[in-house]
Formats: sequence, structure tokens, C-alpha cells
Amino acid sequence: MNRSQVKDPVLVRWILTGLALAALVLIVVLPLAAVFVQAFEKGWQAYRDAIVQPETVSAIELSLLAVGISVPLNLLFGLAAAWAITKFQFTGKNVLTTLIDIPFGVSPVISGLVYVLVFGAQGWFGVWLAAHDIQIIFAVPGIILATTFVTFPFVARELIALMESQGTEEEEAALVLGANAWQMFFRVTLPNIKWGLLYGAVLCTARALGEFGAVSVVSGHIRGQTNTLPLHVEILYNEYKYAGAFAVASLLSVLAVIALALKKFLEWKTSEERG
Amino acid sequence: MIFKRQSILPGFGPTFGYTVLYLSLIVLIPLSAVFLKSSSSGWNHFWQAIRSPNVVAAYRLSFGASLAAALISVALGFLIAWVLVRYRFPGKALADALVDLPFALPTAVAGIALTSLYTENGWLGRYLAPLGIKVAFTPLGVTVALTFIGLPFVIRSVQPVLADADLDVEEAAASLGASRWQTFTRVIFPVVRPALLTGFALAFARALGEYGSVIFIAGNLPMKTEIVPLLIVTKLEQYDYSGATALAVVMLVTSFLLLLGINLLQRRSRRFTEPA
Repeated sequence: MNRSQVKDPVLVRWILTGLALAALVLIVVLPLAAVFVQAFEKGWQAYRDAIVQPETVSAIELSLLAVGISVPLNLLFGLAAAWAITKFQFTGKNVLTTLIDIPFGVSPVISGLVYVLVFGAQGWFGVWLAAHDIQIIFAVPGIILATTFVTFPFVARELIALMESQGTEEEEAALVLGANAWQMFFRVTLPNIKWGLLYGAVLCTARALGEFGAVSVVSGHIRGQTNTLPLHVEILYNEYKYAGAFAVASLLSVLAVIALALKKFLEWKTSEERG
Repeated sequence: MIFKRQSILPGFGPTFGYTVLYLSLIVLIPLSAVFLKSSSSGWNHFWQAIRSPNVVAAYRLSFGASLAAALISVALGFLIAWVLVRYRFPGKALADALVDLPFALPTAVAGIALTSLYTENGWLGRYLAPLGIKVAFTPLGVTVALTFIGLPFVIRSVQPVLADADLDVEEAAASLGASRWQTFTRVIFPVVRPALLTGFALAFARALGEYGSVIFIAGNLPMKTEIVPLLIVTKLEQYDYSGATALAVVMLVTSFLLLLGINLLQRRSRRFTEPA
């Protein structure tokens, strides 16, 4: 079909495309490039030294621990929430769906603050926790809690949208044909949503690895103990160890780029799932 | 009371119960602590905390810079979304993937990268300095960081609407004698306006609470480049919990109102685009 009437003139197209690409390069590409250039400014050896330093290694370990606990927790929650919300009709469904999205609307700093108010020295359980010698704030459990809070909606939100579009017929058919609940889940539901589940997990992991504000509030910045990778970047930067800060930042950037590539791939896969 | 309609599918009880329990433990109960804490410190204290001069200056900066950044994001975001949907050019898929980078890049990484670009000897700062334009450690720098954060929200709101827009309507306008510009302002723009508004509100809401990408480029000069989330952190570090909580309450109420507005907008735009 000839759509010449709704096409912009060639000159307009070139100018607009040029402007749009220039804006993308200026706003998005340059910062990413700056990370890598400055990471390698002092050479490969300095880069390697910054990464293998014990404090960096312990930051990597703590970040992985926080991801390893918060992401599975939120996956399980996402599955449960999406099942209850999309496969059944009940009053209060819209309210529940809205409440799940709350952490997206809360400043990261406040996400950390809420746990300080509950578990901190002056908080609700502060005295009790101190008496039993349990530390949550300025310790690893606080970091895991804050990470869980900020990544809370990712999986649930993705699965709710996906499962809403799939309906309930296939599960009902499985039950009528004699499957039990777990057979239905593992043979019908899970294969239908696997790419969507993975998509949610990728978004959740990327955010959990990169979270800064919330974790910063609850961590107490104890070197080698309560520093995640992003917090370690901040400390190195504030000590004017720029090459080291950018070296650690480049690790996080590589992970972000991998997450983006996975996201694109999974978007293509989930559009097939939606059918 | 939860009224559930009959269904032969299993598992409503445990999944619903777990959802409510987990939601309450991780989100609702901790969040309620903010409101309980601020009401227990009393109205007077609350009022004083949110009216001290450095707090007022921070609100002015946070709202001003977020508003400016959201407006810039709307303009650039519309342009980029238009080009990505309507034109073909080499590298388009890559450009489209890069749009999400600010979502994926950790905020602290974005913060130090932007700062290094815009300081006086940075890649961009060295060309701006002779013109008398200072970006790093000024409100302008805060706006730059917030634009980086806000841009993808606008693009991702507008893109699907532009892609779904019916070309037949544009063709009809053209064959009835409208110029391309008239078609744009009278036919295309009204269709994408709700999506632009949604993108604006999302970018604005996110910018208000943003912390990591801003604090490095802001430089955090008292009364000049301190944003509200930074003041919350500062007060916490001084163990002024009730002061920090008061600021948090104002921010939470603002962002909930914004989210409510976004929801209403989305419901309205759906009514316009979907046949009844």
C-alpha cells in the first residue's frame, strides 16, 4: 500500500532522526562510555587490582547474597500473588493489585527508613532486639530486607499481566482430565509462564544488584562487612580513588548491559507466550 | 471480607493468604511505621521539621529540578519515540534497547559517570565551562541526572500508543486537505497526549524520590544543591528520626497523590482508545 500521504518529507525524517539519536547518545551512551574509559584509564593492571582487592570481593559476595535471598522470595510471592489475582474473582482484587505496586512509588531512601523505624535502636523492636543481641539494621539482614522491598513488585506485576491474558481454560481442562493440583501447575501453568517468570526474575535481579539508596540507609557502611557493590563504588569515589570506583562500576555496568540483552530476548519470547 | 466466586481451580486459600501475609510483613507494616512515628512526635514538631529553611530550600530544588527534568523528558522522549516508531534506519533495534539503560544501570554508577562528564575538565564540562555554563554541583546538574532517570518513562509510555495509532485517520486528514503539520497537531497529538501526560507523571514521581544518581553530581551544598531524599539521610545519620520521618511523610503523600493521578489518567485514556 502506498502511504505517501502520511510520510514525512525526507529532510524532516533525517533531521528528526539525527536529533533523536544525538539526544540518546548524549544522555544515555556517553555516561556508559565514560564508565569504561575511566575504569581502564590507569591500565589493565590497576583495573585488576581494584577488582581483586579483599573489600571488593566481600562487596561482591554480599551483593550476591542479597540477590540470592531477595529474588527467590519475590519470585515465590509473585507466583502466589499472580495465581490468586488472575485465576479467581474476589472483591478487593483491584486494591490488592494497587498495594503490590506501592514500593515502585516510594523513594529508595524511604524504603530504607521504614526498616530503621521498625528494627533500629529507637525503633519498635529496637530494645527487644538489643536485649537478645540480634542486629538487623547496620547489618546483613537489613540489607536483604531493603533489597527485598525495592524489588518487591517486579515478578508479581509481570506475571499478573501475563496470566491475566492467558485465562483459566487450560488449567480447568487439566483438572477435568484428572490432573491433581501440582500436575496442573507443573505441566500446564509453569510451561505457559516460564519466559514471563524469567523476565520478572531478570528485572528483579538487575534492580537488586544495583540498589543504592535503600541499602545505603540500612547498611551503616562497615567496610568488608555491610558494603554491597554500589556502596563500595560510593566509598571509593568519595576517597578520590576514581579508577577503582569506575572499575567496580564497570562490573555493575556489564551486568546491566547483560540484563538489557536478556530483557530484549525475553520480551520477544513472552510476546509469543501471550499469543 | 473477601467474597470469592466459585471456581474449580485449587489453591486460592494458600496463595491469597501468603500474598496478604508477605505484603503486610514486607511493605504495609513497615510503611505504616512512618505514619505512626510522625503522628507520635506531634503536630508541632512535624510542622517545625518541614518548615525549617534548609528543608524548604530542598523542597524547592527537588520539585523544581524534577519538574524541569520531566518536561525535558517529555519533549525529547516524544521525539525519540516518534523516530523509533515511524522511521527506519540502521541501528534502530540497538537504539531501542539503549532506551532502557537508565532503568538497568545502577543509580550510583550513573551518578559518578554523569559527574565525571560534567565537571570542568570532563568530556562535556570542558566545552560548557568557557561558555560560563556550570553543570556539576549546581541545580542544573541535578536536572541533568533526573532527565537521565526520567527519559525512558516517557518513551516507553508513548511508543505503544504511537505504534497503535491508526494511519488511516492520518491519511483521511491528508486527503481532506490537511497539511502534515495540521495533521500532526490536530490528529496525532491528541491521540498521544494522555500517554505523554502519563510519562510526565511517572518521570516526575520517580525524579522526586531519586537519590543515587543525583547526590554525586549535586555536590550537596547546604541550601543550594541539597535534595529532599539527601536531607532524610542526613537527619537519619544525626539520629533525628522524627525529623527524617516528617520529611518522608510529605514525600510519601505527594507520590501517592501522583500515582493516584496516573491511575486516573490511564483509566481515562483507556476509555478513549478502546471501543466500549
